[in-house]
Amino acid sequence: MAEDKKKKIKPLATGDKTIPPEGAKMISIYIMGREYRVPETLTILKAVEYAGYRYVRGCGCRGGICGACGTFYRYLGDYRLKTGLACQTVAEPNMVIVQLPFFPANRPNYTLEGMGGDLHGELRRLYPEVFKCVGCGTCTRTCPMDIDVMDYISLMKRGDLKGAAEKSFDCVMCGLCAGRCPAQISQFNAAMFVRRLYGRFMASKAAHLSKRVDEVQSGKYAIMLEDLTKADSDDIKRLYIEREREPDMSEPGGWMPEDTSHL
Amino acid sequence: MEGYIPELKELIKRVEATRPARVERAKRNEHFPALTMQQREEWLNLYHPDYKKDGRRAVRIGPNKGAVLPEEVASLLESSSRIDSNAIDLSRVDYTADVLVIGGGGAGTAAAIMAQEAGCKAIISTKLRHGDSNTVMAEGGIQGADQECDSPYCHYLDVVGGGHFTNRPDLVAALTNDAPLIISWLEDMGMMFDKLPDGRMKVRHGGGTSRKRMHSAGDMTGAEIMRVLRDEARNRHWDITVLEFTPAVELLLDSDGGCAGAILYNLETKEFYIVRAKAVIIASGGFGRLHIQGFPTTNHYGATADGVVMAYRAGVAVSELDSTQYHPTGAVFPEQNVGLLITEKVRGLGAQLLNIEGEEFCFALEPRDVESTCIIRECVDQGKGVMTPVGRIGVWLDSPMIDLLHGEGTVKKELPAKYIQFKRYGIDISKEPMLIYPTLHYQNGGLVINDEGGTSLRGLFSAGEVTGGVHGRNRLMGNSLLDILVFGRRAGMSAAEYAKKDDKTKVTLTLAHIDRFERELKDAGIEGAVRGPLLLPDYTPDHVRVRRANKE
Repeated sequence: MAEDKKKKIKPLATGDKTIPPEGAKMISIYIMGREYRVPETLTILKAVEYAGYRYVRGCGCRGGICGACGTFYRYLGDYRLKTGLACQTVAEPNMVIVQLPFFPANRPNYTLEGMGGDLHGELRRLYPEVFKCVGCGTCTRTCPMDIDVMDYISLMKRGDLKGAAEKSFDCVMCGLCAGRCPAQISQFNAAMFVRRLYGRFMASKAAHLSKRVDEVQSGKYAIMLEDLTKADSDDIKRLYIEREREPDMSEPGGWMPEDTSHL
Repeated sequence: MEGYIPELKELIKRVEATRPARVERAKRNEHFPALTMQQREEWLNLYHPDYKKDGRRAVRIGPNKGAVLPEEVASLLESSSRIDSNAIDLSRVDYTADVLVIGGGGAGTAAAIMAQEAGCKAIISTKLRHGDSNTVMAEGGIQGADQECDSPYCHYLDVVGGGHFTNRPDLVAALTNDAPLIISWLEDMGMMFDKLPDGRMKVRHGGGTSRKRMHSAGDMTGAEIMRVLRDEARNRHWDITVLEFTPAVELLLDSDGGCAGAILYNLETKEFYIVRAKAVIIASGGFGRLHIQGFPTTNHYGATADGVVMAYRAGVAVSELDSTQYHPTGAVFPEQNVGLLITEKVRGLGAQLLNIEGEEFCFALEPRDVESTCIIRECVDQGKGVMTPVGRIGVWLDSPMIDLLHGEGTVKKELPAKYIQFKRYGIDISKEPMLIYPTLHYQNGGLVINDEGGTSLRGLFSAGEVTGGVHGRNRLMGNSLLDILVFGRRAGMSAAEYAKKDDKTKVTLTLAHIDRFERELKDAGIEGAVRGPLLLPDYTPDHVRVRRANKE
């Protein structure tokens, strides 16, 4: 009995190949117009592979963060065009699917060195088209990450770069927004630029970090570390076990260990 | 999609029943006792997949002949070249560069930027798009000892303890010494770190850390690092040429036996390109897509160990390649999220692991291999796992604790990507726990390097997940993003220095090492070897394969 129980709970190890459960319901999807039968509940990406495609383009992290698999789809008989990431969107009956593995977006070159004065002016210089946004909201409806793209574009226009940086932060740069924009804005590239402006020139610098950088560059830790590399294994194990652990609920910068000899 | 099925919803009630008392204990800083060093050892031996005998064998040829490795890895090291060396004209050079970087993830891009800064022209060869890599998938953070209570000394001890004292000491010293420099480099490039209003880094614990030194950018830390690095490389495109969908398939040597370029393969036109370079850096990442022992993986589509395969043929040895990291928390429900990484930050923020009874069974912040072992033991040995409708098994990760500990809205704010990925399937992880099981996450070992990123092959450098020694047999969270940047930068600088003094513009390129390797294969009786590098995994389902009915 106990033996049976153990056998029953053995986990299935199937890698990434889809093994549909017995009696899985099959549905029709239309990959670039051609009908295929695939088991329901798969993501579009796995459904396309189940149909027999082997990806070269249009597939990256398979986890919703790289932006390689932006996809347009529409249901048979429905006029509305929808978007999603193929690795994150469940294939449903009568979906007509095409992926957009690349989009020729505008990305002017720049260098952060020498900037820092009129940041809004820099944005205007590099991405004048941002200021021609017609406010249609198609970008926001298109974004597979549910980012309010039009909102961050209007923050950019107003000069609220902090707001634009924060509101665009979840962007995976798939390019679907730019693909649909009637004002021909490459929103995701403009947002990348604004986030770097914010991170470099607007967010407060970490004072403890620049102090530590000076200490590292002065060679302060090189000797301590060299001693550790030469210590014998019993000593290292003892030092490891004797470490003091910073309490879980302490605030950053608010706690100090009793032994401060190697800080 | 409508969230958890009724059977699982019923089980979640047990988690909810024990939650108030667990939250109270956590607030008092009381946690489930960590395993002793001896228990760690015992449990690892009994339950960790790396310690099992089956599914491994000795590799039969090459610099590590006799080393016991996972079957999937051994057969690739014994693979045969994709190139017929007699059919290719090496005098027809398509590209030249000072430094050729193989791999367009975090390590490769950092290397290219540093080489460019040292005055070199660089080419990045990458199999998918620039940035498609495991770097973008690293969520929780990057370590660096920059707080007053911390130092590279403390960081060093955490790293070697987490690695069970099998790490290479010189590499750990480099890793921990450079860490604050890396954080500062990223800050200067405009990375959006999570900070307090005064600029202080918001740091957290990770599994096995003695100090809070995990820096983050939401739960997209790796994605933020990658997009900033890629953006910077694009700003330097006059000097850094990126060849996408063009992986390297073979190294090229010069007549003196040093590395002098590579053969690239255009995945779309199926052409081979000859690249002559004064120095070559392999930064091609790990092997998750080999699905060792059939495990699902958190890795990106291209993680197929290409660099190890190419360098091994050219005589570069590997270390700890038998050691695989199973991330403790990969999603097992819903089916669409299987293998998806649930960042360790979830546990860093206080979420506990619970069995089918809603009981804690381990300290939630053990080093990763120990944590995975505890989960596997609870499910497979103790029989206290939770089963999904398709027969996967897992335990609960109690994310709703996070809002209770840190205030309403914390989950949504600190874990935006995870929140969306579950919300999509009708699960609100700030209200309901996630079901998780260990998933194949990281290649612990790899090519042997020195602390400047050099290999035993003159002119060949390497950095990142493709290398071994930094993490020993187990890596702590937040040290891979650090590793790729520390050693990516070091390899880039070393390669540039080498390229500047070693002028190879007139050398004769050769594939003699491949001919030699093919002879070794033949002599060892390894017939019909698979072709390597693998380049992409194959998920063709059986019903399609049958209909193809050809020699493929």
